[in-house]
Amino acid sequence: MDYVKAFCVGGLICVLGQILIDKTKLTSARILVLFVVSGCVLGGLGWYQKLVEFAGAGASVPLFGFGNTLARGVMREVDKAGFLGVITGGLKAASGGITAAIVSAFVMACFFNPKEK
Amino acid sequence: MGKEVTKEEYGNMVKKASPDSPIFLNCIRAFLVGGLICCIGQLITNVCNVFGLSTEDSGTYTSIILVAVASLLTGLGLYSKLGKFAGAGSVVPITGFSNSVTAPAIEFKKEGFILGLGAKIFIVAGPVILYGVLTSIVVGLIYYFVR
Repeated sequence: MDYVKAFCVGGLICVLGQILIDKTKLTSARILVLFVVSGCVLGGLGWYQKLVEFAGAGASVPLFGFGNTLARGVMREVDKAGFLGVITGGLKAASGGITAAIVSAFVMACFFNPKEK
Repeated sequence: MGKEVTKEEYGNMVKKASPDSPIFLNCIRAFLVGGLICCIGQLITNVCNVFGLSTEDSGTYTSIILVAVASLLTGLGLYSKLGKFAGAGSVVPITGFSNSVTAPAIEFKKEGFILGLGAKIFIVAGPVILYGVLTSIVVGLIYYFVR
């Protein structure tokens, strides 16, 4: 059942992105920024976490989930460390994804060359 | 020969010849591929749970594994093929973020490791991280004062 939920919710979020691309001509970079910022706002309000509890990876894998991770991280660190958490919380929570992205990108760039278009 | 076609008539003809179906079709493709990527994510999360990891750690591992796989697919030139078919279905999941880091890293390697690869690696991910972090600071400040 959790796979059905993940498929439907994750798919619908991608459809939202597709409609934005087709209707507004936003580039994919702008879509990524828009989704992370919206996810962070929704996460700060505590709404997005409800969707994550319902849909699991269907909500956490899209970029909204990345924003939600930033928001939850910052709030958790504020609880733990007070004001310092405002500064350190966001990237601390998102560090896994970001580090994985830059390290694997570097390794791949060492092994592969651009493909002919 | 046939009569002149006014701009308006021509517009109508174009509309008739190209119905809204591309957007609809694009959405179906985005739905299928995006949904599938999330299902794979769910599978990884469930496996992590079996190994006794907390929900939070499972989520992080899921991100890391998806990012690494998408990076490899980008290197092999397969992710751009998926992107042509799936549109937003391959952009919106975290795999799209990974692709947006790996693709410029490979592309700009020829301009050198420091100012090419090193500087351009964040050409798309930079704005995402910048505005994500700024938003998180605002969220954190508000939370600090109202909690």
